[in-house]
Amino acid sequence: MRKHPGLFLGIIVLVAIAAGIFVYPKYWGASLQPWRLGLDLVGGSHLVYQIDLSKVDPVNQDSVIAGLRDVIEKRVNLFGVSEPQVYTAKSGNQAQLIVDLAGIKNVSDAINQIGQTPLLDFREVEQNGSTTNYVYTNLTGEYITGAQLSFDQTVGSPQVEITFNADGAGIFEKITAANVGKPLAIFLDNNLIEAPTVRQAISGGKAVISGNFTIDTAKTLVERFNAGALPAPVTLVNQQTVSATLGSDSLKKVVLAGAVGTLIVMLFMIFYYGLFGLFAAFALVIYIALTLGVFKIIPITLSLSGLAGFILTIGMAVDANILIFERIKEEVKRGLPKTSAIEEGFRRAWPSIRDSNTSTIITAVILYFFTSSFVRGFALTLLIGVLVSLFSAITTTRLFLRVSSREIKK
Amino acid sequence: MINIVGRKKVWFALSGIFLAVAILAIAVYGFKESAEFKGGSLWQFKIPTEHPALQDVQGFFANTLKVSGADISLDTTNQSFLARFDTVDEPTHQKLVGLSTNKWASFQELSFASIGPTVGAGLKKNAIIAMVLVLVGISLYIAFAFRKASRPVSSWKYGWITLLTLFHDVLIPAGMLAILGHFLNIEIDTNFIVALLVVMGFSVHDTIVVFDRIRENLLARRGKSGFGVIVNDSVNQTLARSVNTSLTLILVLLALYFVGPPDLKYFVLTLLVGVTTGIYSSIFIASPALVLMKPKNES
Repeated sequence: MRKHPGLFLGIIVLVAIAAGIFVYPKYWGASLQPWRLGLDLVGGSHLVYQIDLSKVDPVNQDSVIAGLRDVIEKRVNLFGVSEPQVYTAKSGNQAQLIVDLAGIKNVSDAINQIGQTPLLDFREVEQNGSTTNYVYTNLTGEYITGAQLSFDQTVGSPQVEITFNADGAGIFEKITAANVGKPLAIFLDNNLIEAPTVRQAISGGKAVISGNFTIDTAKTLVERFNAGALPAPVTLVNQQTVSATLGSDSLKKVVLAGAVGTLIVMLFMIFYYGLFGLFAAFALVIYIALTLGVFKIIPITLSLSGLAGFILTIGMAVDANILIFERIKEEVKRGLPKTSAIEEGFRRAWPSIRDSNTSTIITAVILYFFTSSFVRGFALTLLIGVLVSLFSAITTTRLFLRVSSREIKK
Repeated sequence: MINIVGRKKVWFALSGIFLAVAILAIAVYGFKESAEFKGGSLWQFKIPTEHPALQDVQGFFANTLKVSGADISLDTTNQSFLARFDTVDEPTHQKLVGLSTNKWASFQELSFASIGPTVGAGLKKNAIIAMVLVLVGISLYIAFAFRKASRPVSSWKYGWITLLTLFHDVLIPAGMLAILGHFLNIEIDTNFIVALLVVMGFSVHDTIVVFDRIRENLLARRGKSGFGVIVNDSVNQTLARSVNTSLTLILVLLALYFVGPPDLKYFVLTLLVGVTTGIYSSIFIASPALVLMKPKNES
């Protein structure tokens, strides 16, 4: 790089121009790959469900959570939302299911469809004098592979036939064998549907629920079972919905603030450091193009706090330049010729640049691992911003200075 | 050359006053926690055509919606209302939207959040863990980075002083939020914690720049001048860059504060106060404290 600063600078500028076209939200950049924006910028809902694992054997918890995620994802995909996100978070005994729906029009419908899930389970009945106890078995809707509507052959009333998978069939056979002559209760969403008396052990994995259904209620139930029953109950504990109007307003304002902030910082640098400041201003533009390019190529979903984090790094990105320029001034004062003053300035400013950026990196990493999804966006953009700014402040500005000092020599 | 080290009592006293006010405010007023931390509902909406007065909306909440204890405020710049009340489930939320739309045709929901109390408690716990880790992490890193500058002040003391200035830089904006919470009902949320963490990460930048110069001058001028003189020279030599590096961030923050989205207003304000405090502490507190920590028998 020392021998051909112009060549390297040219490459960086070209890459930055390419990045600039790539990140521009119109024309080629938009058709190639659109930006991913967070719910708080496009509008949408962030739903957090608490998963009740109290009835689940600890050994099976992970598979139950994974199954639950798959089922909910299937349901959510029916809403026609672009790129819905369904993910789970587990900490200790608490497990949560998080659903992010971007740009959704009717949130309440979506919430109803996610929430209204048939939770089916079979319970053994224990009579203790006049009180009836229902004892949980491990046979739940998790084992259902399909359901269909049928009609009672004698009365003609609608009923729901469910089919268990191999595991479920085995469990069902065991339970029915242990309860011959006794009633077995069927619960739907924690409501007792019926408690038919078991006449014999049932093998083959089929069961019939014949509650007081109308054709319509039986049909809905069948549909819901076929979409997949939830292996564990969920409750909505946290909901955050942002309207599209508020989202686009926030986006406009934060982009404007970023542009204004960048402009002021550039003017300050040029005003205070003259030609050097002009180089820093160029380097800042290159930094912005490159960083946005990195965000888009990964791709990172940009939230409001993520953009705020990035805008902060614009203010921090020139810090390394300031440290270097002040150092060069000192070296010139000490009587060094300009070219060696520049090299010396970079060399001597480096330890403080490294140490101060390390502290921000420590902060960003800790933030990333100890916070929820909304803050994570901020931590990530801050981290990437600091890393790219180290490159742009050191390499880009240095190349600018080397090229310009060659011109002066000639 | 400004005699910063020599007048350290003045600077310490000034900081002492601010710190005392901040600590007192936190102890007496405490923080107003947002729904995010303590659980509850946050409902932001607009009624652009009818423009009802705040009292009308408050009356509507109490009499028609039957939401007791709702705290409603009007953001005049955006003409939007913000209501805070207890956690409600989704059917209740839908009922509220329905009733409001019946009352005002132009009713428009901007955002709604309902957070269960357990979620909030977990969030708060994680926020506190993150703060402690950042404090310890940065201080340890400083102690490590300045291991070569261990005479006459051990590198551990650089770490301790960093920890001290971090507390200083975080307590003052936190105290401001306690005061704002008491008088203007401003609440603290995760953004507030994030702002404090960023203040920590950033305020230490300047401290490092000064310490780095002290480290360099110590190695170059060992034995030629006293520790106090070296520290004072170092602070003065790095004064312009300490101020300028923070100034660029402050300029960006000012742009965000005045042009940026209203949702970020108090996040940005916390950062502004924290970063400004950070400049002060790195110049007037950290370095003089280093001189104070020097053992008496060493030069």
